[in-house]
Amino acid sequence: MYLNANNISFSYRKNKPILKNISISIPDNKVIGLMGDSGSGKSTLCKVISGYLNNYTGTITIDNELIDKTGYCPAQLIFQHPEKTMNPKWKMHKVLSESWNPPQELKDTFGLKEGWMNRWPSELSGGELQRFSILRALNPNTKFIIADEISTMLDTVTQVQIWDSLIDYCKKNKIGILAVSHDKELLEVIADNIVLFNDINKL
Amino acid sequence: MSKLLEIEKLSISFSQYFKGLEQRELKVLSDLTMDVDDHEILAVLGSSGSGKSLLAHAILGILPSNAKVSGSIRYKGKEMDDELKEELRGNKISFIPQSVNNLNPLMKVKEQAIGYIKDEKDKEKIIKKQREIFNQYNLSEEVDEMYPFQLSGGMARKVLISTALLNDPEIIIADEPTPGLDEEAVKETINNLVELKEKGIGMILITHDINTAIETSDRIAILYLGYVIEITDTKNFSGEGEKLLHPYTRSLYRALPETYFELTEGHQPSYQNIPKGCPYHENCSRQIRECHYELPELREVNGTIIRCFNPLGEGD
Repeated sequence: MYLNANNISFSYRKNKPILKNISISIPDNKVIGLMGDSGSGKSTLCKVISGYLNNYTGTITIDNELIDKTGYCPAQLIFQHPEKTMNPKWKMHKVLSESWNPPQELKDTFGLKEGWMNRWPSELSGGELQRFSILRALNPNTKFIIADEISTMLDTVTQVQIWDSLIDYCKKNKIGILAVSHDKELLEVIADNIVLFNDINKL
Repeated sequence: MSKLLEIEKLSISFSQYFKGLEQRELKVLSDLTMDVDDHEILAVLGSSGSGKSLLAHAILGILPSNAKVSGSIRYKGKEMDDELKEELRGNKISFIPQSVNNLNPLMKVKEQAIGYIKDEKDKEKIIKKQREIFNQYNLSEEVDEMYPFQLSGGMARKVLISTALLNDPEIIIADEPTPGLDEEAVKETINNLVELKEKGIGMILITHDINTAIETSDRIAILYLGYVIEITDTKNFSGEGEKLLHPYTRSLYRALPETYFELTEGHQPSYQNIPKGCPYHENCSRQIRECHYELPELREVNGTIIRCFNPLGEGD
């Protein structure tokens, strides 16, 4: 299975395109690394692929079928700042079950402790919250993970833990990953292929 | 070499409401002891949101009023009280803040760089000096008349650095000088900082980026949950990390993608849940009985300052 983005163009302001004719293909058994400078539009591409921005031109298909713009998007975005993606008035069990109820085994793999379920988002550290947001994105309907700088804010120990369990799970369950980062060394370790953003963005 | 700044047993805490009117103490920095010499960069390495910036604010005396501070900070052997802090900040002790947001958006760059000057005679001298320093950093005269929103990230960083240099500081405290910049600007910033050190300035570099710390500093102090767990020579961050003595420091180094990308179990708890005893014992592979009950004191082992009962040796 492949996720194909074909000739994607997008602009926030008229006549000032930020993405131009971008094509990228993500296979379901690989980690594709996307590298580029800050401010170059990587995050915008992520949002387009995972359905957060709709007025783009071009097509996004999975197995040659257009992604349905309504309902659950099979390409799920994980953000850099988990604390900004959670309702501060919801306890963690509610945050997680908004998406699905993962089996205990999976919670253990990602190091989620039972005691955290009754806490508020403000009572967990950034690394702990990022584990929740990753597991939340791994709903059974998810076919692809778009990881936008998900470990930039974390210390190196947590970074290894998170990537280790995410890649392990995705390889077993045939979920493709687009790993976006400006950290070349990290992508060289985790990604099967690295794509340079400036090469595919035909501005 | 002389000790420019000595910090001893500095703790900062805030009181926080959690259930109705019940309050609890939130400790963000605990028992912090470190010092900086001239011609030296000391990097303070801690994960994001760990309140490292508060260290800078404590030295400058600009903490919010609800912060509780204990411990002592000495400048050239003299205890710093609020009066001395006020006198030194902006003069002998300069601050390079984290982001452009620290510039006044309604003031032109030049005006806020030189600040308020009482005496008209001094003004000319200072303007001349400001121009000199700006020239060194390739900031043209056009920049003088710009507002902060017109500056790019890299330019803003240069403005912040050159503003900090205006009063010939002896100590510079730099708070996260690199994030948000592209690779080239990062390299340039790092070069600028190292240059300043070579001129004799003592610097505290607060960062969460281990690579920046390794590239610039002479010594690195590693924070874990607000505790200094190790202060070690930057040279020890090399090879297999065999000269790093604290288990957490060594895992940090060996988890770098450039080294081994090695997996260590366990995760850093949040500040509301700092464990008793050694803050790291729950995740530590080398824990012994004492670690569960007692906080290890900072001590010196082979030239490294470390907070651990059972440190690693070179053979481990």
